[in-house]
Amino acid sequence: MKISVVITLKKDVLDPQGKIIHQTLDGMGFDNINEVRQGKYFEINTKENDKKKAEEKVEDMCKKLLSNLVIEDYKIIGSQ
Amino acid sequence: MNSSVITFPGSNCDRDMHIALQKFGFKNKMVWHNDVELPKSDLVVLPGGFSYGDYLRCGSIASKSKIMKSVINFAKSGGKVMGICNGFQILVEAGLLPGVLLRNKYLEFICKNVFVKIYNKKNSYFKNVKKDILELHIAHNEGNYFCSNNQIKEINDNNQIALLYSDKDGKVNENHNPNGSIKNIAGIFNKEKNILGMMPHPERMIDPNLSGEDGSIFFQNLINNLK
Repeated sequence: MKISVVITLKKDVLDPQGKIIHQTLDGMGFDNINEVRQGKYFEINTKENDKKKAEEKVEDMCKKLLSNLVIEDYKIIGSQ
Repeated sequence: MNSSVITFPGSNCDRDMHIALQKFGFKNKMVWHNDVELPKSDLVVLPGGFSYGDYLRCGSIASKSKIMKSVINFAKSGGKVMGICNGFQILVEAGLLPGVLLRNKYLEFICKNVFVKIYNKKNSYFKNVKKDILELHIAHNEGNYFCSNNQIKEINDNNQIALLYSDKDGKVNENHNPNGSIKNIAGIFNKEKNILGMMPHPERMIDPNLSGEDGSIFFQNLINNLK
């Protein structure tokens, strides 16, 4: 089973890379942007075939390693 | 006094730290990250560098390495543990210190001398240090100390701030904040003050011909305090 997770910075954490990407896009003519936030994407291919169990395990991984909950949020966006 | 310096894959200040500790009288052992047991130590140091190439988040992978279980047990039973730069990042990722170190505010790698004000001397790291302001070296990309509002309140209430970036006279303001850290924080303790994490490198300031001497003041004082 493949679980996809997105990790993003919490709303009030400064994201200087997102800011620079925003500015650059602005300079390229994409001037309708309100904000850009950069994040991380993981695909975890697990031997577990039960969707609920697999997602629970990945959630545990997110809490213990993949994200730092002081500054980041995680979200499972797909399981297949 | 016995000390141990942990070497992770990608540590690069481990030998500088070894030399600094020895110079001021510590009997130091180098310990590999894959070891399970710590040698008998009065002080454990997590050195600077780029452990695991800063993959995922700085310090996150190293904080899960085998030796860290022993380091965490040692720290939780009151042992002195000091993390410098990447070592500080490892300590926050291990949950031994609150908060996190974000990318520097202006996205640049900073490598320069700075002044830091010693904010709390009631602990074995800075007790009796004759100076209030030290000139030390910083070299980091992720030194922007950040924590939640609740955490910063707790840090303040428990006097956990160790060092603040300042000017040479000890004035703390935004102009002398190199990386965007909350309240100019350059180093913090845990509640019990046996764990210290700081971004500046005292081990780089132990030779007046090469750099400066404020690191020498720190180490000399540290070994005296631990005796």
